[in-house]
Amino acid sequence: MLSINDLHARVEDTTILKGLDLEIKPGEVHAIMGPNGAGKSTLGYVLSGRDGYEVESGSVEMNGKDLLDMEVEERAQAGIFLAFQYPVEIPGVSNMEFMKESVNAIREARGENALSSAEFLKKAKDACKQVELPLDFLKRGVNEGFSGGEKKRNEIMQLIMLEPKLAILDESDSGLDVDALQVVAKGVNSQRDGERSFIVVTHYQRLLDYIQPDYVHIISNGKIVKSGGPELAKEVEASGYAWLAEAEGVDA
Amino acid sequence: MSEQIDQALARKYDAGFVSEIESETFPIGLDEDVIARLSAIKGEPEWMLEWRLKAYRTWLKMDEPDWAHVDYPKVDYQSISYYSAPKSMSDKPQSLEEVDPELLRTYEKLGIPLHEQEMLAGVAVDAVFDSVSVVTTFREKLEEAGVIFCPISEALHKYPELVKKYLGTVVPRGDNFFAALNSAVFTDGSFVYIPKGVRCPMELSTYFRINEQNTGQFERTLIVAEEGSHVSYLEGCTAPQRDENQLHAAVVELVALDDAEIKYSTVQNWYPGDEDGKGGIYNFVTKRGLCEKNAKISWTQVETGSAVTWKYPSCILKGDNSVGEFYSVALTRGRQQADTGTKMIHLGKNTKSTIISKGISAGRSDNAYRGLVRMGPGAEGARNFTECDSLLIGDQCGAHTFPYIESSNPTAIVEHEATTSKVSDDQLFLCRQRGLDPEKAVSMIVNGFCKEVFRELPMEFAVEAGKLLEISLEGSVG
Repeated sequence: MLSINDLHARVEDTTILKGLDLEIKPGEVHAIMGPNGAGKSTLGYVLSGRDGYEVESGSVEMNGKDLLDMEVEERAQAGIFLAFQYPVEIPGVSNMEFMKESVNAIREARGENALSSAEFLKKAKDACKQVELPLDFLKRGVNEGFSGGEKKRNEIMQLIMLEPKLAILDESDSGLDVDALQVVAKGVNSQRDGERSFIVVTHYQRLLDYIQPDYVHIISNGKIVKSGGPELAKEVEASGYAWLAEAEGVDA
Repeated sequence: MSEQIDQALARKYDAGFVSEIESETFPIGLDEDVIARLSAIKGEPEWMLEWRLKAYRTWLKMDEPDWAHVDYPKVDYQSISYYSAPKSMSDKPQSLEEVDPELLRTYEKLGIPLHEQEMLAGVAVDAVFDSVSVVTTFREKLEEAGVIFCPISEALHKYPELVKKYLGTVVPRGDNFFAALNSAVFTDGSFVYIPKGVRCPMELSTYFRINEQNTGQFERTLIVAEEGSHVSYLEGCTAPQRDENQLHAAVVELVALDDAEIKYSTVQNWYPGDEDGKGGIYNFVTKRGLCEKNAKISWTQVETGSAVTWKYPSCILKGDNSVGEFYSVALTRGRQQADTGTKMIHLGKNTKSTIISKGISAGRSDNAYRGLVRMGPGAEGARNFTECDSLLIGDQCGAHTFPYIESSNPTAIVEHEATTSKVSDDQLFLCRQRGLDPEKAVSMIVNGFCKEVFRELPMEFAVEAGKLLEISLEGSVG
């Protein structure tokens, strides 16, 4: 469903992705691991189309369409979802309003009818339950005064609401204790339905104990340097990323 | 992202059409003869003409204020016409059926049907077109409750004693340059009188429309709430899109006697001028309310229009335990300039005031909050809380805050909080990543920022205000 070919991208004057290739089929979960600064988060931003992340060369196709040619919101409407590492606050806009606008914008783009208030509310309540957020979170401002863990769970709540085709989780485990991590993982796993694909970006193997990937890719210096199954994550856990530096003369 | 914001700020003004209506308009220029003619057309009592002339003579000696954070070419007061009225109105139509249909269509186009059966239930409307009131709805129903709601020109005939008793008591003739000018030449506006102990059974509202070219609109509104009465009033304003600047210099006076409550809301959407600052309304307005014992006056304003705004709805908290409130959203874009805020003058004991001001600046506009909180020597135990928040959209606009605090009573407490924030790229990206287009995203962020103020508007108008912001921001990101 997604095919990334020889992708080069930069932020300001620094080229960060230097020839990245990745092929994702429907229903697959791909974990992207790597040292800080390797380009893990950049990949998520480039795929979602964030301003300031400039593609120098290469291509990204999603279900046969040129993803790079689309606006940010068009990509979202086409089914790309990014769970943010640091979700931002929108004071005064309730989670409920935000999600309602969002769900309906995406439905509209897909030629579906807007949800009625009752339908929407039911969906929102279910999503909250799945990530163990109290219902009053729907009334609170988006991320306004949320703890780190609450923000992360709120991202997964949105994932559940928006039913994307490809969900990119950008370090959704960072800053979480084990209990919160399990909640996040449970929420994500509930969305694995054999069709929806995932890119799970993480620094640590820990998250992958709870979200079992089909493939693990190690990214270093802007490209994938090693790919394998879940066992690769264990290797990294045991030996860290130092071997990359030895293997490639790259700073880990 | 800022490029997109700029595009998004390209404006669209829905109320910018001109109505083809034959008008009787005075030649431009102002002198005592013009005032006498104006007073004669309205058939005013002698004392009213005297009052106007005194105001005019005071005005001649005054200078236009220049302390506000706004910059505009000086107005030539001799190049304005001081009276313009649809010809059809000179026959004094007695009912809606006799009113020129073109006039009714104008209000319909603005979303204000004047046929009672089509109107928002529970809202009475006075429609003022250039210098005259076209129609006032639901009058009979209001009369049953003893409420007077009519054009001020009519009140001068029917209730001269009431008008004489209160006119100029809150905003004196010589209060300031624009108030003096208004006192000399005011044409129409609304008069509201709520008798003792009466809770006005409906929302009252006035819609001001400027149509004619080269005219000024000088309306005067007077609201008197007798002891223990209660009224909620809303005004809305629009004008056609023209290349010349037009002057709107209004005076609003509110009198809240013991235990009375007046809620005054404004949705101001005068034509703001084009992208380069050409045309637009100069909105120079004096609004002030007087609170007697235990009375409460609450000002809520949503200001999205006008090229230049100079406006400080204020409360004189004279009576003990009286309460003043000011809730404001001021949005400027393009080349708009706004200098707006409030004055809370605490004279009585245990008086309380709350100021919540939300300024939103976009494009190359300038938005200033200017507020005065004065605690007089007798303001034992008085309290004020001020919150003043600015939101910047893009990087070419300005937000300014000028709070003045004067306290002559050591027991009075004044609190002031202020914040400035930006619609950040992160917020926009989050919204767009969730499928919202940039315009929708900005309007949602701005609406969230204004929530505290919108909550204060009467329900029907809160929706309208939200929509207005949406239209105003249309094209502000793209």
